[in-house]
Amino acid sequence: MHSICFQATGVPRSNYIFDSCSPALAISKPINLRFCGLRKEAFGFSGLTHSSSGRVRFSSRGHSKKVSASAESNGSPPKSFDYDLIIIGAGVGGHGAALHAVEKGLKSAIIEGDVVGGTCVNRGCVPSKALLAVSGKMRELQSEHHMKALGLQVSAAGYDRQGVADHANNLASKIRSNLTNSMKALGVDILTGVGTIVGPQKVKYGKVGFPDNIVTAKNIIIATGSVPFVPKGIEVDGKTVITSDHALKLESVPDWIAIVGSGYIGLEFSDVYTALGSEVTFIEALDQLMPGFDPEIGKLAQRVLINPRKIDYHTGVFATKITPAKDGKPVIIELIDAKTKEPKDTLEVDAALIATGRAPFTNGLGLENVNVVTQRGFVPVDERMRVIDTNGNLVPHLYCIGDANGKMMLAHAASAQGISVVEQVTGRDHVLNHLSIPAACFTHPEISMVGLTEPQAREKAQKEGFEVGVAKTSFKANTKALAENEGEGLAKLIYRPDNGEILGVHIFGLHAADLIHEASNAIALGTRIQDIKFAVHAHPTLSEVLDELFKSAKVKAAALSHGPVSEPVAV
Amino acid sequence: MANVLQTSFLPSTSSLRRRSISGSKGKSQSLQVKAKIREIFMPALSSTMTEGKIVSWMKSEGDKLSKGESVVVVESDKADMDVESFHEGFLAAIMVEEGGVAPVGSAIALLAETEDEIAEAKAKSQSSSNSTPQVVEEKPKQIEEAAPDVPAAAAAPSVPVAKAVTLGSAVHPASEGGKRIVASPYAKKLAKELKVDLGTVVGSGPLGRIVAKDVEAAAVAVPVAASPAKPDPVAPGIELGTVVPFTTMQGAVSRNMVESLSVPTFRVGYTITTNALDALYKKIKSKGVTMTALLAKATALALVQHPVVNSCCRDGNSFTYNSSINIAVAVAIDGGLITPVLQDADKVDIYTLSRKWKELVDKARAKQLQPHEYNTGTFTLSNLGMFGVDRFDAILPPGTGAIMAVGASQPSVVASMDGRIGMKNQMQVNVTADHRVIYGADLAAFLQTLAKIVEDPKDLTF
Repeated sequence: MHSICFQATGVPRSNYIFDSCSPALAISKPINLRFCGLRKEAFGFSGLTHSSSGRVRFSSRGHSKKVSASAESNGSPPKSFDYDLIIIGAGVGGHGAALHAVEKGLKSAIIEGDVVGGTCVNRGCVPSKALLAVSGKMRELQSEHHMKALGLQVSAAGYDRQGVADHANNLASKIRSNLTNSMKALGVDILTGVGTIVGPQKVKYGKVGFPDNIVTAKNIIIATGSVPFVPKGIEVDGKTVITSDHALKLESVPDWIAIVGSGYIGLEFSDVYTALGSEVTFIEALDQLMPGFDPEIGKLAQRVLINPRKIDYHTGVFATKITPAKDGKPVIIELIDAKTKEPKDTLEVDAALIATGRAPFTNGLGLENVNVVTQRGFVPVDERMRVIDTNGNLVPHLYCIGDANGKMMLAHAASAQGISVVEQVTGRDHVLNHLSIPAACFTHPEISMVGLTEPQAREKAQKEGFEVGVAKTSFKANTKALAENEGEGLAKLIYRPDNGEILGVHIFGLHAADLIHEASNAIALGTRIQDIKFAVHAHPTLSEVLDELFKSAKVKAAALSHGPVSEPVAV
Repeated sequence: MANVLQTSFLPSTSSLRRRSISGSKGKSQSLQVKAKIREIFMPALSSTMTEGKIVSWMKSEGDKLSKGESVVVVESDKADMDVESFHEGFLAAIMVEEGGVAPVGSAIALLAETEDEIAEAKAKSQSSSNSTPQVVEEKPKQIEEAAPDVPAAAAAPSVPVAKAVTLGSAVHPASEGGKRIVASPYAKKLAKELKVDLGTVVGSGPLGRIVAKDVEAAAVAVPVAASPAKPDPVAPGIELGTVVPFTTMQGAVSRNMVESLSVPTFRVGYTITTNALDALYKKIKSKGVTMTALLAKATALALVQHPVVNSCCRDGNSFTYNSSINIAVAVAIDGGLITPVLQDADKVDIYTLSRKWKELVDKARAKQLQPHEYNTGTFTLSNLGMFGVDRFDAILPPGTGAIMAVGASQPSVVASMDGRIGMKNQMQVNVTADHRVIYGADLAAFLQTLAKIVEDPKDLTF
């Protein structure tokens, strides 16, 4: 993968308030933008020379003209539109939708009240990957045993906190500018301000203290994302009691940090903090750490990621009150039993990270203007992301994607939902199969998954009356993993022996997050085990873990359309 | 979080799965033994497995188990597997400890259906199995607190509440006067591993929190106190062909040794008959008196009569006559050397001195000696007699006037003044002194006095 940088010498300075285009604008080919499921997009460079006349661009396609918004009444849909598509929120979901919309020839605008890139790029997956890259290297360098086994000698590895923090921050700004530039280059208008729906197909936006602008669009996508969820009783001061927003800035590395919530946000941060020398206490409301992961993977992960590290945990407890450190007192955390609600324990730690999940960011969207009521903040949608109003009817031309609808709070899921919406509004019906969307936790080693967990699959099987098969392979048997001295790991396939359908794949091991796509693609494309097992994998690679996994599945003969299966060729 | 990720798993279904994986070998993993006490068997995790090693118990005795919950991790010939409980109940007794190996199908633990049956199950495990020396009642643990090898201590870190109060050690402003123990996650982990009771550990972290190094220090202290005589063969941790930097202590020793080269020293030796001292030692040994304390006492009494030998030269121009006689005794500790000081050894009685000595050694091993407890010596004793060394030569520690190297007391054939030949226990001592202040005649007179005291030791006990 290489990036193409070039100078856009003749670009006239546009008058967008936020536009930071300089004559020496360097644009990377978006092939480098594939963070959090950003779409790879083949695009022409003609967009660079787009008009600088203002918010509304006169395109050669001619289906747009400047309208006087104030003349419109809010009650009825406008007859003509400023845009084909307006996306509220320029996160990864909005970005994915915008790029696909351009590809489909839609005149698009994206409204952003904060910074382009949303949570993922600015306060989520992107900066956290920078920190995790550091923690992975630290972990390796600090593991004498590991180094010795490879014959390497390394003297005490250390780190500079500010340097690490800068790396995360620089990565976020780089990706942010790549994202901005890619949209500008394609001719997506970026409108600055908080977007509010004022009526059907009508959105106002504007900055505080400036007059609002009203724009109309044939279709509107809500993609406002989410913010960290902080349960009540917890006082966040941003210094000693923090959310992931603060933690990613890495302003301090506390000696002892409590992490409330052991989902993948908490898990990733525990990886970062322990690698940088902190000790960690997990506080989990459920009875088991890492709820949501396949139980078997969770157990193995606990044995590798929790037990040998400087981590302890309290499960089955709620943190009812967390007081930030002040006046020489530590952070105080009061725990109650999740079931009996009896006070259970009090912890005193140097810092607490609240990783209890994320809450939709949908306040002030003006949903009441289209008769929509959120559910716990989430915008109700159907399987095609069409927004549902209070009467259970679909709101025409209004869609909601990403964290704001809560279907699957992952950046790349939002992007996929956005693309699905664009497909629909351009005349092709499309329903996204969420079971084909992979998820990953970038610990060391990584955890990844797609589809159903084993208990979910068994539940489904019981309801629908089919059999469930489980196949497993170990990284211990993989040449490449052993060469890296990283044999710890497991890949698990959950499938239907009767027809060879892949129900779920879960991987814990080196580069699991990269390995999952073979499985997720197979699920998305409906590829069956009896077919994929004949696909060839380069040797020696980690991908052979999946190769072996597919080959070890026992699909019933009746399902084999290819006749008798020949033995896989040994490599 | 994603909807797909949110669904929590159901233990019942996961036990179903277990059955399908390992239970398919036709071997039932648990079976009803008695009314309500069941055995947990070593499962067959693969067709070729004949025995399994217990990697870790995920539950402790007395823990409640629900069906499908993982109890133990077993290492088979192929992989490590979690073994789940097939029944609800309480883990009553662990019959094969972590690290232990058991053949497939043999009982590795007992599961009681109710809490009341735990005791019964325990009794059963003790009578039926000879592989349970580790099963310890709760009560003795409270009494013999100092015993280092109480296995139940492993379970202690979570609730060692009462002990902390009595010992008053975990000083933490917010720990409600020691009611709760505040220890960092790693400290807790280490305590469990090293079997250290956190209630007895003094915290040195922020706000008095117990941190890893406190536990490590405590772990070193405990076994040494209990078995000080255990000879440790050449450090097993040494890796040949490596260069290992000095620890802080070794660095200090190195600096002192180099510094000692600037002092003009000389040596005077003497052979002392110890039959009387040995007899005395035998007599009062049971009262906790140690040979080190006796020698220190004897030396201190001799120094009373020869203050010059207790003096030192600070500036090269004068004698500094020390007001008290503080006998420093060199002690080898893990990776170094330290000299705990018996202060006013001439004035303190032998029993107190012996107790004091024991206390100092314990502290030294725990690396908890305060500066005044190791750097206020005025005269140093170094004894290698216990290793059979008959004579050696010591380097004078900077800032003091003299050091005495004590060899082993050995039976020797001695010709006496009256022309007889007899057998006597004799010990060679060799004093190294700073010749700027202490001259040959001074040492000679001192040694003569010392010999008299040792050969007629009644004064040592007052």
